[in-house]
Amino acid sequence: MKVRLRNPDRELEVAGDRKVHVVLAELGINPDTVLVIRERELLTREDRVSDADEIEIRPVISGGAR
Amino acid sequence: MSGMKCRRCKAPAVVEIRRHNASFCRDCFVRHVQEQVKRAIGAYDMFGPKDRLLVAVSGGKDSLALWDVLLELGYRASGLYVGLGIGEYSSRSAELVRAFARARSAELIEVDLASEYGFDIPTAGARGSRSTCAVCGLSKRYVFNRAALEHGSDVIVTGHNLDDEAATLLGNTLRWQTDYIARQCPILPAEAGLVKKVKPLYRLSELETAAYAFLRGIDYVVEECPLVAGNTQLRYKEAMDQLEATSPGTKAQFFLSYLERGAPLFARQDEADLRPCGSCGQPTTGRFCAFCRARAQVTGTRLEEPVAPTTPEAEARELASELAGEVLPVEIYGRAGA
Repeated sequence: MKVRLRNPDRELEVAGDRKVHVVLAELGINPDTVLVIRERELLTREDRVSDADEIEIRPVISGGAR
Repeated sequence: MSGMKCRRCKAPAVVEIRRHNASFCRDCFVRHVQEQVKRAIGAYDMFGPKDRLLVAVSGGKDSLALWDVLLELGYRASGLYVGLGIGEYSSRSAELVRAFARARSAELIEVDLASEYGFDIPTAGARGSRSTCAVCGLSKRYVFNRAALEHGSDVIVTGHNLDDEAATLLGNTLRWQTDYIARQCPILPAEAGLVKKVKPLYRLSELETAAYAFLRGIDYVVEECPLVAGNTQLRYKEAMDQLEATSPGTKAQFFLSYLERGAPLFARQDEADLRPCGSCGQPTTGRFCAFCRARAQVTGTRLEEPVAPTTPEAEARELASELAGEVLPVEIYGRAGA
């Protein structure tokens, strides 16, 4: 499965056929800090992803003076 | 699809909010966000349907989501975009804000720092004595207030969310900056030359504002500001995220309980007399406001009298009180910050 990570942008290949939270745990990512997107749809931790999927993992954190 | 079901309608869920122990489908989540904003507006009597709102928009998820919610709720909300001159990041932000306003036929006011005031943020960060984030925050607060006065806006609305407020409160509490803590409120009333400021997203996390923006089809700047790396507030946010991961609801308890039970214990200690800046006329506690002094330093121009040298601590305190502005951890304002 292809994973596109943002900030900074990079791509990884990881095993699919697992739940989203398992993939995030493998990547060391806290599920509350990202949106997980597949084909313009949001996924929850309990959704399953397959080997053929392409997903984007988009951080939600922002910083700086606003 | 999802094994999770929407708390309200039992349709497949697309967003999980662990601190509420709840999941939502798209439509119910959008309604949830709008309800939280309405609750915030009502709790502090932030504004009414006849007020003219000026929403400070950066092109990021929070401010565009906020503008969207306010327009959806029927408020008279114009946008204010400040061009900071941060290369491609600013160009992209401006494009997205303009596209958002165009699609909704909403009024957008633009102020370009370089053309209006003679400097941009990268230059100010490199030449001035303040950190980049400090001079950026100072400049934006100055422009927000000035633009609101010039356009007859009743309220300045900013997109600070629950994570922002919790991280700020953590930073100020770690140092017991009681004067900063006392000013940390979702509403700052109008006073001598200062337009009322409100933060209607204070009940919503970054995950919620990001998911709302995504689900509403709002194209926002995902990239982080290239100048913000290592920012102190980001470190506080990461610390709060670690606590939240094992104890969902920690951030909300920390900040919302502060508002309910902690805030009354911190009476305002900064009732300084404001008077017009000798250069621009905006309110300040000194002869010249911090923005005019920073601008003079960066552009190499002279104000009527020499800028008095100050210590970093005094400068940090003054910056925090200027314009009764945002309350951020002290080192964001200091020379060693960011």
